[in-house]
Amino acid sequence: MKTKPSGVSGTGGSGGDVCSSERYPGATIVTADPKGVDAGPHFMDGDHAIAEGGLAAGCRFFAGYPITPSTEAAERFAERAPEVGAMFIQMEDELASIAALIGGAWGGQKCMTVTCGPGFSLMTENLGLACMTETPMVIANVQRGGPSTGLPTLTAQQDMMQARYGPHGDNMIIALCPDSPQECFDLTVEAFNLSEYYRVPVIILTDETVGHMHEKVVIPPADQIKILPRNNYSGPKESCRPYKFDSQGGHPMVRAGDGYNFHITGLTHNEKGYPVMTAEQNVKVVTHLMEKINGNADKIIRLEENEIDGADVVVVSYGITSRIAVKAIQDARKEGIKVGSLRLITIWPFCEKRIRKLAPKVKAFVVPEINYGQMVKEVERCAGGVKVISVNHCGGAVHDPDVILAAIRKANQ
Amino acid sequence: MSTDIEKFKAGSPMSSTLRMDRMPHIWCPGCGIGSEVNSFAEAVKRSGIDPKKVVVVSGIGCTGRVAGYVNFDSIHTTHGRAIPVATGIKLANPELTVVVFSGEGDLAGIGGNHLIHAARRNMDLVVICNNNFTYGMTGGQLTPTTPGSAMASTTPYGNYEYPFSLPFLMDACGATYIARWTSLHSRNVTQSIEEALLRKGFSFIEIISPCPTLYLRRNRLGDGVDQLQNYQDNSILKHGADTRETAIDYQGKIVVGKFVEKNKPTYLEASDKCSVKLVGDDYQLYGKTIPEREAEEKAEKERIAARRAAMQAEPEEAAAEPKKAAAPKAAVKKAPAKPAAASKTAKKAPAKAKPVKKAAVKAKPAKKAATKAVVKAPAKKAATKATVKKAAPKAAKTKVVAKAVKKAAPKATAKAKAAPKKTRK
Repeated sequence: MKTKPSGVSGTGGSGGDVCSSERYPGATIVTADPKGVDAGPHFMDGDHAIAEGGLAAGCRFFAGYPITPSTEAAERFAERAPEVGAMFIQMEDELASIAALIGGAWGGQKCMTVTCGPGFSLMTENLGLACMTETPMVIANVQRGGPSTGLPTLTAQQDMMQARYGPHGDNMIIALCPDSPQECFDLTVEAFNLSEYYRVPVIILTDETVGHMHEKVVIPPADQIKILPRNNYSGPKESCRPYKFDSQGGHPMVRAGDGYNFHITGLTHNEKGYPVMTAEQNVKVVTHLMEKINGNADKIIRLEENEIDGADVVVVSYGITSRIAVKAIQDARKEGIKVGSLRLITIWPFCEKRIRKLAPKVKAFVVPEINYGQMVKEVERCAGGVKVISVNHCGGAVHDPDVILAAIRKANQ
Repeated sequence: MSTDIEKFKAGSPMSSTLRMDRMPHIWCPGCGIGSEVNSFAEAVKRSGIDPKKVVVVSGIGCTGRVAGYVNFDSIHTTHGRAIPVATGIKLANPELTVVVFSGEGDLAGIGGNHLIHAARRNMDLVVICNNNFTYGMTGGQLTPTTPGSAMASTTPYGNYEYPFSLPFLMDACGATYIARWTSLHSRNVTQSIEEALLRKGFSFIEIISPCPTLYLRRNRLGDGVDQLQNYQDNSILKHGADTRETAIDYQGKIVVGKFVEKNKPTYLEASDKCSVKLVGDDYQLYGKTIPEREAEEKAEKERIAARRAAMQAEPEEAAAEPKKAAAPKAAVKKAPAKPAAASKTAKKAPAKAKPVKKAAVKAKPAKKAATKAVVKAPAKKAATKATVKKAAPKAAKTKVVAKAVKKAAPKATAKAKAAPKKTRK
């Protein structure tokens, strides 16, 4: 868990060494392939930055299906694919898009797709398969208002829980939440690194506002972008195991065509990948799937904190809402209220420990979000009875900062 | 029993292509899937393709379990999604030969959208569709191909929907290779799969197959062997048939053969062409230029041809294989590899009368088929019936098959010759 007092604005919060051997024990860390890195300053929207982040991270396979407000990312990737030497395919639907990513990943490529709510609902099917088969991939959900077809295409943060609990059965993913086009780029690179290390789908939970917002995005030169290359097994065939149920990350993938004759299934399986449908085996598999993420939460989670020490009120926010909250926080400080800001860069796994530690020191938490109250439930769960004020706001627009300010005042009473 | 299985595993001629550590398999006696898997494994061997470069993808259902038994890289996916997963593998590593092996409910029902679009794109995949008119694993429900009036657990008063004719559907979608056989036509199945493995583009092979446990029992159609008899009596061989005329009525005629074989650029070829236009000759996919990839492909083709040649040059060794397998097979009634072994014996040693009879009924997976073969002796039956051409007097019909086989693969003359010999017996 990193703290970075980089000003309340939060933009560029992914500073520091986010790709280190401390964070990814045992991993090979290399610099990016310059072919995919369009280095330099750009004026681009969040969607385009996601596509660029993927290319920079070494993603060479994109399967997608158009859906506003995420389509621009697919378009960008399609446009760039020939010059980078990547493959882009528009599939027949989102069910197929994510299925193709599973195939692409076992075929040896880093893979990504983008979508929003309705498409994400379809993807939850094979999101489950990807979790079960421990297939690395990155999915960006550029959220719009729901439910169903909902609000095409006004902003929302309504899929926070779906990202975590969408697929049936116990499973665990990692989700990151950028607050700016710059962070869309940075966090997409990070998403690939986490995905490769933990062999898990990583979801970028951004929203229509960030996706469509144009800002300055600086893409660093390739030698300053650190990435985890695909780790393919290359040992003897007899000891080849596609899985290892030890609640840790860092295990190699097996690549199709390398002669290991692997078997992959969505059924409960043993380390060879063969189906073993017993209660005992399910304990091993599910425990591993959950604990490789939850047990390493300290290494995975990144937060941006501002003036937390001595704060009476802490505003917990994420994505575009954290930037709206800045105005409210500044106004509250002018009124003499001691307000701290905690911005969730990593949404899942949730920063449970941090909230539990803060709770006894504050009067209240304020949780603004563009939904009917989702992440606030997590904050409440960890706040241990400390007051938690939800500033919920259904989809379609960002908050009015005054509403958040009112909640901060109330929290300070 | 377990010791018998171990003996069988040790002696099986399929041990290089099937995962013996996963046997016994889950398929019922009399089911067609086992023999199809044998045909597939045989086809891979014969094709000369590097087994390391073969990937098998299945969906969900009885046929969906195929991926778990073949000794290649294999993925058992979610229901209906085998084709998009296969698409991902193929596009991620174009040098792989990707085979989708699944059932009609998986491919044409829940996965129908993927099936039609993969065909439309001419995605370079081999799709093998086991069509047994039923959802077997869930207990015998209606599928998109269940013929009119047939009973299914969800049409307890008879089916009143219109079924798909899969060859017609695939033709309309632009598939560049379409064949249909029944599980009686084990050798033709092998032949078709072999052809499909060696060609580029979307290949669709439908295999009509018995589900004795559910479809046959519920419709009081006897067991696997009875259904093979039905295939024998009702199959009409018609290469190049108009796919509009391939519909299957309840226990009616089944048009079989290779209906479509044509060439057009695959998805990858078309995508390459477009990118070259844009980027120029130094266009690379995954770091390889087109000439580099073409050179690799050419080298691989030569290796394949060499392997094929080597295989054809060693017929004696190949013939010895089934003999080796014969001993444990005889001891183990449930030997899943029986049909293949039987048909092999028949082919390589046409002089032996007994195996030949078995081979006539052959193609049937488990012991049931083989044991009943003697009793039913369908070859004889057919011969006595030999009045009308349509009833497929065995000899006449198989001549056509032989011709067809020759036409289909002029290179494989040795095999084509073997075929009529065996069937005439």
